Amino acid sequence: MSGAGLPVTARGLARGFGGPPVLRGLDLHVPAGQFLAVVGRSGSGKSTLLRLLGGLDRPDAGRVTRGGGDEAADARTRVMFQEPRLLPWASVLGNVAVGLGAKPGPDGEARAREALERVGLAERASEWPEGLSGGQKSRVALARALVSRPGLLLLDEPLGALDALTRIRMQGLVEAAWRRDGFTALLVTHDVSEAVALADRIVLIDGGAVALDLAVDLPRPRRRGSGAALESAILDRLLDPSARPAS
Amino acid sequence: MQGSMSEVERRAAPPTGGGSASRAAAPGRTGAAAAGRLGRSRHAGWLLPAAVVAAWQVASSAGVLSDAVLPAPSAVAAAGWQLTRSGELPHHMGVSFLRAVAGLAVGGSIGFALGLANGLSRLSDRLTDTTLQMARNVPHLALIPLVILWFGIGEEAKLVLVALGVFFPVYVNTLHGIRTVDPKLIEMGRCYGMTRFALFRRIVLPGALPSVFVGLRFALGVMWLTLIVAETIAAQSGIGYMAMQARDFLQTDVIVLAIAIYAALGKLADGVTRSLERRCLAWHPAFRA
Repeated sequence: MSGAGLPVTARGLARGFGGPPVLRGLDLHVPAGQFLAVVGRSGSGKSTLLRLLGGLDRPDAGRVTRGGGDEAADARTRVMFQEPRLLPWASVLGNVAVGLGAKPGPDGEARAREALERVGLAERASEWPEGLSGGQKSRVALARALVSRPGLLLLDEPLGALDALTRIRMQGLVEAAWRRDGFTALLVTHDVSEAVALADRIVLIDGGAVALDLAVDLPRPRRRGSGAALESAILDRLLDPSARPAS
Repeated sequence: MQGSMSEVERRAAPPTGGGSASRAAAPGRTGAAAAGRLGRSRHAGWLLPAAVVAAWQVASSAGVLSDAVLPAPSAVAAAGWQLTRSGELPHHMGVSFLRAVAGLAVGGSIGFALGLANGLSRLSDRLTDTTLQMARNVPHLALIPLVILWFGIGEEAKLVLVALGVFFPVYVNTLHGIRTVDPKLIEMGRCYGMTRFALFRRIVLPGALPSVFVGLRFALGVMWLTLIVAETIAAQSGIGYMAMQARDFLQTDVIVLAIAIYAALGKLADGVTRSLERRCLAWHPAFRA
């Protein structure tokens, strides 16, 4: 099952936007099927890293290799953005079908319906996204990201704007999909407890490079708070102003 | 519409009583209930014009308004009936309608196409936008003498003027619509593997459509205005021509009839646009029926 995942490797990634560089020579390897969480302070470059890994942006230096590094890897990469980014003029089902890519195939609609059912919104299929709540829109965006059975799912703080309960429900949906489909997942988040609840491994970005790389050895399904020690260790590191990587 | 109680009525009604019972029990609320019903009625917009016509008729019948200044609505209606029976009115209306539609089709299509081209292609925008912005500031009606010299007073002159008039609102609003499509949606489409054509058809075009409709509405206003002026100055048929001829014979009733017909045609065009909007922009909360 985990053979469906796509490994990702970044070598010497650098990227700046005019000011001081956001990423300076970052190296990272994510094995196939791993659930990696990237945490860091605001402005630490974690979203920039995700955009580079997803091919949404080009690095100034260094390179990203996804899977075999060919075009097929592009089609097998899906991104969940900070906002749901649904098309207001397409039905909920139509929005999920966007995730099928350029060639949906004859069973496209059935697959879109199935994906929508998995997130519990089958009965809203023909509605406009306008009428959905924030959490429901996120679920549609998740169905759109998963409908093509991607090998790599990049999540750019997609749950940041949701209330606490909806968030926990979404985390459950993401984890269930990951366990079922075996894709490689990369979650960028500022919420350390979310990272501890979901990830196999947590990477902390600081000063444009990997400052901390921790395995999360907790059995699944995880209970809330089971990784409290790990969580406070990461938070201490995040809040400690003197700890800077030698660069 | 009649069967459903308005919000005000429902609040006024005691929990066990029906609508009519509560209306009788609370006479103070009936005014508010009627206002609520009126606010939801689709025909409420016709109340004011109807009242104006009624007042006008009364003033004319009482002799306050002289026929030479403003003929009574009944006289205008009579003139309309007579011209319809003689076949003159349908002929002129048909001619004017065809001119308007042809001009809108030609000018609107060119404006839409150039708006698309300049919204999608930087090269096209660089090459043509400066020229178009310069030309936009020339009132197209200022070209009437030149157009008459070039095309005479035949159909071409009217077509060119109307097309020129509707071109700019459609062009400017199409361009604006395309430029303001949410770049985040475009990025999403790219990242989800949409081809350039799919991006255009599924994201750029629907995103620009509300603005295109704004342009179309402006264009309809300009279309009638241009047609009236063109037909009044240089034409041998059409409603404007009919009005000018009536002036020569001091037929104020026909002049007023022509004005009323322009108003009715304008309202008709607006209605068609509205129903198109409701159909094409059903997803948009502002256009829901």
